[in-house]
Amino acid sequence: MAGRIAVAIDTDPKLADPVQQATYEQLTREVRCLVCQNQTIADSSAPLAADLRREIREMVQAGRSEEEIKTFLLDRYGDFVLYKPQFKSSTAALWLAPLLLLLIGGLGLSRIIKRRAGLPVPDDEDGPPAAA
Amino acid sequence: MWRFLLPIGIFALLVAVFVVGLGKDPTLVPSPLVGKPAPEFTLPRLDDPGQTISRGDLLGKTSLVNVWGTWCSGCRQEHETLVALSKDSGVPIYGINWKDDQALARQWLATLGNPYVAVGVDEEGRTAIDWGVYGAPETFLIGPDGTVLYKHIAPMTLDVWREEFLPRIAAAGAPR
Repeated sequence: MAGRIAVAIDTDPKLADPVQQATYEQLTREVRCLVCQNQTIADSSAPLAADLRREIREMVQAGRSEEEIKTFLLDRYGDFVLYKPQFKSSTAALWLAPLLLLLIGGLGLSRIIKRRAGLPVPDDEDGPPAAA
Repeated sequence: MWRFLLPIGIFALLVAVFVVGLGKDPTLVPSPLVGKPAPEFTLPRLDDPGQTISRGDLLGKTSLVNVWGTWCSGCRQEHETLVALSKDSGVPIYGINWKDDQALARQWLATLGNPYVAVGVDEEGRTAIDWGVYGAPETFLIGPDGTVLYKHIAPMTLDVWREEFLPRIAAAGAPR
């Protein structure tokens, strides 16, 4: 169904080579339309999205690799143009911060668990705790 | 003491991050072209399609490259500022007419005044992609050696000119 919706926006004929068509479709779903920032260029009907689809289509047809096409876009529009930014020094914080936060949370949690492990188990009933 | 200060500290830090984040405009995407050589282009001129304008025309002096179209309301908004700058600033303005109706574009310059030294017609939007343009009006500041010194996304105003462009023009120095 998603494929059908994409076709409704991208009205250009399919590429003759199915492998190239797949590469093209894959790329258009990874590239952000900077006019309407929460859409990919596959989903956007903005004129700029159509122009970028045309550029990508032509590069795919010319046999350029996915990496080359991504570099082409990054050189012009910056990291934000890819929904999944590449890992490099300027994007390291973006990629590593969640891991770091998870690590901090995990350490805190384990400390609390260890501390409580030493405490006597509270009894549900009223009255003095059961003898150990 | 730590039990109370730590959560409050983390919360304050989070609030600070959010306040800074809210003050930023997410539609402004920094251009990777700043600090790099301006992209090559050759475009037919709006006033005479037999002639062309290219990157070489920009070299040797500090200049502005303004991306515009008659369909763009922000371009109408900034037009008077551009006309004023073309008269007073001494910095030549080159135009890139982006995916526009050429007859309308010529009419626009005839009625509103023409601030441009020359306008190149980018009918298919290919030069715009090479320049990383995503929303007109965009104004690039180009140094004498062809380096992109700055890019302003949004209508040009005299305040923007004074605060963002003039200091960079001064830093780039007089034509070498």
